[in-house]
Amino acid sequence: MTKIFTNDIKKVDLVVLGAGPAGVAAANVASKEGAEVVIIDENSSAGGQIYRAPPNEFQPQNSFKSDEFREGEKQRNILENSNLTALFKHRVWSVSSDLVVSTVGPNGLSSWHARSLIIANGALERIIPFPGWTIPGVIGLAASTILLKSQYVLPGQSTVVAGCGPLLIAVANGIIKSGGKVSAIIDLNSKSDWIKAFPRLLSRPDQLFKGMSWFANIMKAGIKLYGGHAVTNTKQVDNVLRISIAPINSAGSILDSKNQKIVEGDCLAIGHGLFPSTEITRLLKAKHIYDPLKGGWVPLIDDDFRSSIPGVYIAGDATGISGAFSAVQKGRIAGMAAVRDLNVMSSQKYKAKIKSELIILKKNENFGKAAVRLMKFRPELIQTITSETIVCRCEDVFRSEIDEAIESGARDLNQLKAWTRCGMGPCQGRTCSEAIEAILASKVGSRELAGQWTGRTPLRPVPIEQIIGKYTYEDIPIPENAPL
Amino acid sequence: MFKVSIKKIFKYLDKINTKQSLRVSGNRVVRKGYATLTIDGCEIKAPVGEILAVTLFVNGKLTLKYSSRIKEPRGFFCLMGSCQECLVIVDGIILPACQVFVQEGTIVKTGINK
Repeated sequence: MTKIFTNDIKKVDLVVLGAGPAGVAAANVASKEGAEVVIIDENSSAGGQIYRAPPNEFQPQNSFKSDEFREGEKQRNILENSNLTALFKHRVWSVSSDLVVSTVGPNGLSSWHARSLIIANGALERIIPFPGWTIPGVIGLAASTILLKSQYVLPGQSTVVAGCGPLLIAVANGIIKSGGKVSAIIDLNSKSDWIKAFPRLLSRPDQLFKGMSWFANIMKAGIKLYGGHAVTNTKQVDNVLRISIAPINSAGSILDSKNQKIVEGDCLAIGHGLFPSTEITRLLKAKHIYDPLKGGWVPLIDDDFRSSIPGVYIAGDATGISGAFSAVQKGRIAGMAAVRDLNVMSSQKYKAKIKSELIILKKNENFGKAAVRLMKFRPELIQTITSETIVCRCEDVFRSEIDEAIESGARDLNQLKAWTRCGMGPCQGRTCSEAIEAILASKVGSRELAGQWTGRTPLRPVPIEQIIGKYTYEDIPIPENAPL
Repeated sequence: MFKVSIKKIFKYLDKINTKQSLRVSGNRVVRKGYATLTIDGCEIKAPVGEILAVTLFVNGKLTLKYSSRIKEPRGFFCLMGSCQECLVIVDGIILPACQVFVQEGTIVKTGINK
């Protein structure tokens, strides 16, 4: 019989989902205390997206190795020298309420029954749609960072970098450093937004200094920076993207739609901030709250990072966006809480160890929070989603159809999904949830009233070929005929 | 004088280079080993280990599939396995091209939903 029927489930103390900074820290601390730990990630090595590793076959020259590259190497070394089981290239497609984690990897399906589960699946990028956002060549800011730091590839011959937050500056600087051309930077934040963030950013002077040196590179390259502007439209003419921009106010409302400027490039890298990934916690029916200063919907957690579901802990940006530095402490605390609850670690030891972690967490979180303010959601930015704009890319659902459904009485997100198919495609609503929630919230009054989509499996599409493996016609069990 | 003019020539060459020059040059990063893939019937050489979506991108294949309902062209968008916009057929299996890495002999077909 083939593996589909003999898919045995291995029992372990702790399963950690996501091998970014939080996941690695959590898995490592739990494993050191003696727990049996499995860490699972879709990527081929640890580091998450922030410390995403280049392929083994790529070797950057020493002078071209970034701080992120070095930090990533450190984390990958930690995993290599530990006792824990690391499963890379494994996509988690389901997590059941009794904490069975189902994955599909290079060798087919495997399942793990976790006594405790730490969810460290990080963040997703929010991109508020505008006409033209589905044109090939329009990509996310996060995608651009992957191109630059793990592939050493430029996003375009001449790239327009747009959106907000630290990624905006990181991408623009990355392109310049790699020898590429940035044709313009379109920043949602105005000068005064940056000045307001400054005092909080001082909590990590080293990082502030780094950011300022990136900014200096951008200025030195003479790149035109449009502060307090948003992209309102993109059209493709031959191989050039003609990108319309307009000034906005701090809520994201377009101030002067007649006074649009046009910038050009062959690539538009755009991102409107990060929001915590809640797909697994929604699937597990954990309690969530909406907190704009944490980036959006977040699972409700206690001081030790326990979710509302017994045995389930959340770590890193999935608990609220605060960046890679604080993710390490969040991971360590969640990891220690998990092993303490499993009685692998004593409560006394836990209390003693947690104190120092909390102090570092606070400092790093302050820095992260300033960054979150720079990428906070601007509710009125949904003005750029015109009625002819596709909101849900998977199912090609237009804004006009969303509005129509709301007009006809759709009052929560699941109703809207059932009526229009928005969020029903293979991305499970990860790409459009922020925009659709915001549209609905603008009509029903709040994000809480608009609600969240019910989590559904498969979290990632699973090719049927990978499920059945080498299963052939001969393997089909033929039951004996019932006596007549 | 001489140095300046060489720099100018390089700058000029950079300008007229095609999409291929999107790969950052060898003096910043060394790519060990190249593999040959078949993409929509054409043989293409690409660095081993590169993300397939990126290989397609630098070779000018911006459109990877067509959308399900109105059949408009789509290319990679998130590059981290979330958006599913870069689905292509790799050795007969539909996979997001951002989760596949360049290997010798891989056969890739783009244009799902066309």
